[in-house]
Amino acid sequence: MSFLEIRNATKSYGAVKVLHETNIAVEEGEFLVLVGPSGCGKSTLLSMIAGLEDVTTGDISIKGRSMNGVRPADRNIAMVFQSYALYPNMNVAQNMAFGLEMHGVPKDQRDKAVAQVAELLQIQKLLDRKPGQLSGGQRQRVAMGRALVRDPDVFLFDEPLSNLDAKLRVDMRTEIKKLHQKLGTTIVYVTHDQIEALTLSTRIAVMYGGYVQQLGTPKEIYDNPANMFVAGFMGSPSMNLFPAKVAMENGKAVAKIALADGSTGTLPFPDTKNMAAHDGRDIILGIRPEAITDEDGADRNSTAIHRIDARVEITEPAGSDTFVVTQFGGKEVTGRFRADVDVKAGDTFPFAINMEKAVAFDPKTEERIG
Amino acid sequence: MSTNASSQIIRTGSGARFVIYTILALFCLYYLLPLYVMVVNSLKPLSEIQAGGMMALPGDWTLEPWKSAWSTAQIGVAATGLKPYFLNSILMVVPAVAISTVLGALNGYVLTKWRFRGDTIVFGLLLFGCFIPFQMVLIPMARMLGLMGLAGTVPGLIFVHLVYGIGFSTLYFRNYYQQFPTELVRAAMIDGAGFFTIFYRIMLPSSGPIAVVCIIWQFTNIWNDFLFGASFSDFDSQPMTVALNNLVQSSTGVKEYNVHFAGAIMAALPTLLVYIVAGRYFVRGLMAGSVKG
Repeated sequence: MSFLEIRNATKSYGAVKVLHETNIAVEEGEFLVLVGPSGCGKSTLLSMIAGLEDVTTGDISIKGRSMNGVRPADRNIAMVFQSYALYPNMNVAQNMAFGLEMHGVPKDQRDKAVAQVAELLQIQKLLDRKPGQLSGGQRQRVAMGRALVRDPDVFLFDEPLSNLDAKLRVDMRTEIKKLHQKLGTTIVYVTHDQIEALTLSTRIAVMYGGYVQQLGTPKEIYDNPANMFVAGFMGSPSMNLFPAKVAMENGKAVAKIALADGSTGTLPFPDTKNMAAHDGRDIILGIRPEAITDEDGADRNSTAIHRIDARVEITEPAGSDTFVVTQFGGKEVTGRFRADVDVKAGDTFPFAINMEKAVAFDPKTEERIG
Repeated sequence: MSTNASSQIIRTGSGARFVIYTILALFCLYYLLPLYVMVVNSLKPLSEIQAGGMMALPGDWTLEPWKSAWSTAQIGVAATGLKPYFLNSILMVVPAVAISTVLGALNGYVLTKWRFRGDTIVFGLLLFGCFIPFQMVLIPMARMLGLMGLAGTVPGLIFVHLVYGIGFSTLYFRNYYQQFPTELVRAAMIDGAGFFTIFYRIMLPSSGPIAVVCIIWQFTNIWNDFLFGASFSDFDSQPMTVALNNLVQSSTGVKEYNVHFAGAIMAALPTLLVYIVAGRYFVRGLMAGSVKG
């Protein structure tokens, strides 16, 4: 049995089912990120783990003990909230010690635990201040400190970085990751930011419409998305999704792509065996921007680089890279070129496409087919 | 803060300023005039009032009317002065205000943070209770107090004011707690705090401004109440307002206007004091939550 196990858990408000049968098993020391757009059910699932929301059907267990009907206080969990939720009338030390106090820990032990965590997070100087006198980043630290002091089985984070400015967010992200590596705690982390999900997690559950769309390691999620939603949601800039048609040429499966000038581009699939079954079908082809490059920038280890000449519509220099926009199958497609490639809007330019990284979806079900 | 406040002032010319201040001063005079008349006449011998000098300063300053009103004046059948009734009012108003404020806070806490099925209906009914005219409940309330054995006692009056006060205090606290972040309550739940612990460790310490509003409102209303005091009290449990009326009504020959004025000021002093002490919090509390930042 896993450390934290969610078995067939659902949540309904009256007739509205906000979370469908969900099964996730989290091992000790894992960093699971629940990621998805607003209203996908990720925060509800987190609240259910915390015990702030009931489980409608199914079961959640921590360390083999079923949590149904167990009060939040008795689950040995700690939570960091989006608004930090620091008690405004208490100073930082009191905030951090409050949970211990409620659990009947004697004063001297509380003080010791607070001092230890304050040192770990380098907030010793803030202990006497009220939350109102702290900056956003400091509040964030105190909120984490309050969770750490409890030494819980599971840490729950509810979008903890979304109220910080961009620079601080990146810093705190690194800090959370360091903390996880140092302490080896089990964490469930909710975010709508897919970069946070990819950088922090050991595993990701991508959620949408009350379903877990895909559960896997960041690499699995990124390279092998289970459906078009996951493909489009994860990654920035997001994966290019455009219509194509499967055909057989010289015994090999290829994708035929309508180009803006009326001609047709041909991209052979590396995996003929699988794609041959879809001969003649319309598909949606998914290729990430970094797999569409200038010829010199293409991945030298790939055995499936193919060239398509297409007209450049827009170039977006971004310092380290230049993003080049063209049209495949009537959809805008972004490629990631080296920064100093000499390419101008209006040129017809050779695009190198790494078909090893291409994925194909059924346009109707939006599920992965190859 | 100060730069922020001054940027909100609309600049006007000095001519316009002069007109504005003149008008304001006139209004001030107009509103302060009754107080002046009361104070001045409470410090005069009766003969000076009878001579017709209502507006004049006392020719012969005296505290006799105050002493008389406080301890020797005829109230109804007894010559006790207002002292025992002042005490009655204090004994009534303090518990009534304290209990209705605490219960209102508790109600507001439950109605915003521990929502239950039908909570809006409960709140609606409480709100409705605020606006039932006093006269309508007189007879049912008299019967209730009789059944409870509280008729004609100070605890009976406390009960009546409590029932009427809870509607308003709930309204105040509910609207205040509506703005209070629910995540704090959830964090406290995870930390292991129970229903009442969250209430007095997290909610109450942050309720200062609205508590002041509630206390001023309840204090003024309960202290100034005449109808319930006149209806539900006996001679030994009458509040100040009723006693003041009796003082003015009980004539033993001549009307002692100077004593009446002194008694009226005594009856008004506690509410005045509450306003002066807590007035600035009152405005702050009324505005709380309405403007962000």
